[in-house]
Amino acid sequence: MADLQSHAEEIHEQFSDHLDLTTEEIEERLASLVNEYSVPVDEARRSVVNSYLDEAGLERDEIGSGGSQQALVGDIDEDEQWVDLRVTVADLWDPNHDSIAQVGLLGDESGTIKFVSFSTSELEELEEGESYALSNVVTDEYQGNYSVKLNRTTTITELDEEIEVGDDSDEVEGALVDIQSGSGLIKRCPEDDCTRVLQNGRCSEHGQVDGEFDLRIKTVLDDGDAVQEVIFNEAATAELTGIGLEEAKEMAQDALDTTVVGEEMSDMIVGRYYRVRGPTLGRYVLADEFEELSGADDADETVDAESLLIRARSL
Amino acid sequence: MSQSVPTREVARRVFAAEYNDASYTFKESDDERAPLYLLLPTGERANRVFIVGTLTEKEDVGEDSEYWRGRIVDPTGTFFTYAGQYQPEAASALRELEPPAYVAVVGKPRTYETDDGSVNVSVRPESITTVDAATRDRWVAETAARTLDRIEAFDDEGNEYARMAREQYDLPVEEYRDAVVAALQSLDDADELEGEAPA
Repeated sequence: MADLQSHAEEIHEQFSDHLDLTTEEIEERLASLVNEYSVPVDEARRSVVNSYLDEAGLERDEIGSGGSQQALVGDIDEDEQWVDLRVTVADLWDPNHDSIAQVGLLGDESGTIKFVSFSTSELEELEEGESYALSNVVTDEYQGNYSVKLNRTTTITELDEEIEVGDDSDEVEGALVDIQSGSGLIKRCPEDDCTRVLQNGRCSEHGQVDGEFDLRIKTVLDDGDAVQEVIFNEAATAELTGIGLEEAKEMAQDALDTTVVGEEMSDMIVGRYYRVRGPTLGRYVLADEFEELSGADDADETVDAESLLIRARSL
Repeated sequence: MSQSVPTREVARRVFAAEYNDASYTFKESDDERAPLYLLLPTGERANRVFIVGTLTEKEDVGEDSEYWRGRIVDPTGTFFTYAGQYQPEAASALRELEPPAYVAVVGKPRTYETDDGSVNVSVRPESITTVDAATRDRWVAETAARTLDRIEAFDDEGNEYARMAREQYDLPVEEYRDAVVAALQSLDDADELEGEAPA
C-alpha cells in the first residue's frame, strides 16, 4: 500500500503546522476506509482531510494541498486545484472591496490569468513587473473563466530571472453577421472605476448621470460552423469603420439621435468577412488586430478555389 | 462554459440549388419558442443562413403595406427574399438598393406551400447590406467548402441529419457536388476573363 503511504505523507505535510499527527495513524485511517469500507482512495483522502480540518478548526483553503503541481497559467482548466506558478505580475488593479488586498493579472509564457489575494491572508504585496514563484495557490472558476486565489499557505519567492509573459490572444474569422444593441455611439457612467454603459441616461449602479461618450461595436463573427462574439473598442471601431468619436458625435447631433451612428456602421461592416485577433474576456474576443478578408484566392487554403475543385472532383 | 446563456444559431452556408430543394422543417423540442430548422438535403439543420449574391430584381409586392421581394442570384440558382413591416431595416435596404448589386443577407429560412402542393423556400432577412465582388467570391468558395464538408460527412454513422435527409428527401447528394464544381468553375472563368481583359 505504497500508494496510501504517500497520501498519508502528503496529508501529514499539510497539517504539520496545525496538528500533531503521525504518518502511521493517517495511513491507518485511510486504509480502513479503502480496505474495509471500499471507499475510493481520492474520496478516502478527502474524508480524512475533512476530519482533520474539523479537528484543527480550519477551512479547506487555509491548508496547502500537499500535492500542488507546477503549472502554467494557460493550462488551468479546473476549479479548486492547488498549483505552483512562476509568473510576472502583468497588471495590478484597484481592489473594489476591503477584504481584497490585491487583484490583478499574473502572466507566464502561456498567457495571463487573474489573481486575487485576500487581506486576511496577510501576504506580502506583489509588485507590478516583478517575477515570483508562488507556491500553493488555488484555482477558481466563474462562468467559464479561471483565476487563482492566493491564500494563507501561499509562499511567495521573488525571482531574479524575469518570467516572460506570453501572448494568449485568440484568432477568429468569419462573416460578420450581426451588430448587437449597445453598439456605435454610447454613453458611459463617469463615476470612478464604473464605466458602465448607460441605458437612457441611467447607470444601473449610480442612477441618472451625465454620461461620457464612447465608441464600441459588439458583434458576431460566424464561420458557418460556430459563432464568436467580438468587441471593438473605440480605437478599433474607428479603424474598422473610419468613423472616429468626434465625427460620430457630429453625426448624432445632426440627426438628433445617437442610433444613426450604429446604423451607419452596420451598413459598412455587416456581411463582410474578418479575421480578428485579441484576448478572450468572458463571451467576447476583444479585437486588438483585425483585417478584412476577401477574395477566393486568399492564401487561406480552406477557400482556395483550386484546391476545393480538386476536393470536389475526388468525391 | 455556462449553458444558461442561449446560444446563437449558426448561419449555414448553402447554395441556392440546394436551398431551393429543401422543404422539410422541424423543431427539436415542444417549447413554443424552440428554433425552427430547415433540413438541408446534404444533411444539416439550418435555423439561419448567410448568403451573398447579386440582387437582380426587387419589387414591392405588398397590397396594403410595403412588402419587398428580392431575387438574389448565386452561381447555382436564385434565392428569394421577402421583407415587410416586421423587417424594417431589411425592407428599407431593399427599397433603396438599385439592382444589380452584390448583397449579403443574414436571414431565416421560411417555407410555404403553394396551391399545387409544392413547397417554396425563401429567406426572411435580418439584414441586407451591399458588399463588393471580392466578398461575394469568398462566399462562393466558403459555401463550396461547407457544402463539401456536409457531403463528405453524409455517410458517416451517427449523422442524424443525413439520416433525416434520406428519409425526407429522395435526392442524390452527387447533385450538390456537381453544383459545387460548377460554382467553383464560375470563379475560375471570371478570373480568366479578368486576366484576358486588356490592361
